[in-house]
Amino acid sequence: MKIAVSSTGPSVDAACDERFGRCACFVIAESDGTVLGSVDNPNATQGHGAGIQAARLVADLGVSVVLTGRCGPNASDTLAAAGVSVVVGCTGTVGEALASYSAERGPSG
Amino acid sequence: MRIGIASGKGGTGKTTVATNLARTAVRRGRRVAYLDCDVEEPNGQIYLRPEIAWRRPVTLPVPVVDPGRCDGCGACGEICRFSAIVCVAGKVLVFPRLCHSCGGCSRVCPVDAIGEDLREVGVVSGGQEGKLAYRQGLLNVGEAMSPPLIRAVRAVEPVADLVVVDAPPGTSCAAVEALRGCDRVLLVTEPTPFARHDLELALDTVAQLGIPAEVVVNRAGRDGARTLALCERYGVEIVAELPDRRSIAEASSRGELAVEIDPEFEEWFQRLLAHLEDRR
Repeated sequence: MKIAVSSTGPSVDAACDERFGRCACFVIAESDGTVLGSVDNPNATQGHGAGIQAARLVADLGVSVVLTGRCGPNASDTLAAAGVSVVVGCTGTVGEALASYSAERGPSG
Repeated sequence: MRIGIASGKGGTGKTTVATNLARTAVRRGRRVAYLDCDVEEPNGQIYLRPEIAWRRPVTLPVPVVDPGRCDGCGACGEICRFSAIVCVAGKVLVFPRLCHSCGGCSRVCPVDAIGEDLREVGVVSGGQEGKLAYRQGLLNVGEAMSPPLIRAVRAVEPVADLVVVDAPPGTSCAAVEALRGCDRVLLVTEPTPFARHDLELALDTVAQLGIPAEVVVNRAGRDGARTLALCERYGVEIVAELPDRRSIAEASSRGELAVEIDPEFEEWFQRLLAHLEDRR
């Protein structure tokens, strides 16, 4: 299962970007914490519909879960339509967000 | 002659100037049309008190997707500049509030799966008060798509000697839509740093639109030299300076016009009208 974390930079040491649609990039990881890579978010500077396009971007990558700070209604609707679940309120580094997500899900995750 | 009343900053006195100018022109025997294009807060009617005779909703076409026909190719989402329609995981989502009604999505759909629905964005209404014909748009609460509604108000412009277009504040699409096609623009400002900053943006905007502009300073008094310097830099004339007068503010808060209660204001607006008609 792939997880996308909205991030200010391409590594797990980067701080989470609290914005979903206009984050700098997404760090992509497996649910066991293995980092698969990162993807720049070309919608960061877009005037309209950044959240919708960012949602499309992560859905097209086959992501199942998004970890982010907050996510607007249009992005939420798009992610929901694509079957991607969203966890909001993430803070700290990308690595910390991933760790706390897997801790909350428990060992079975 | 069509005069746009604009400002940049909100609350400088656009409606004050527009309504007093309109009433002055009516008193001088002109047929006047007042178009309240400040569709988020059209309050010209408070001062002009027209009897509203008709109202009609303004709708915009937005796409509706037939899921039975749609094969999820995503062409609709590719052409939309506003992400109002997007194809994700083979499903098409429509965000009607983002839609600018260009029709591009239905045109590019290879399987003809996109039809049209109508979405109401506001109401245009009109009426008469003596020799003054009044038109306004009122945008629905929560709605962002004001330019189409402003176009709808402009489209019902009656024949008149003087058309006064009360524009929304700012310099974005809404203000541009209201000013487009005006013969002249009066930019209303006040002697404050905020108003001066936004006046400069408005001066740049009307210059890009190629519409001749003049400035009215409302609540004139202190700090006038800086406004004058700005206008000189743009080669724009200050055609009226209306003083800050408590009696006018009080009258305004009761919905009364300055020209109805203060002979000096009446004279200034007569002079402004004469000036505009001379320039024609």
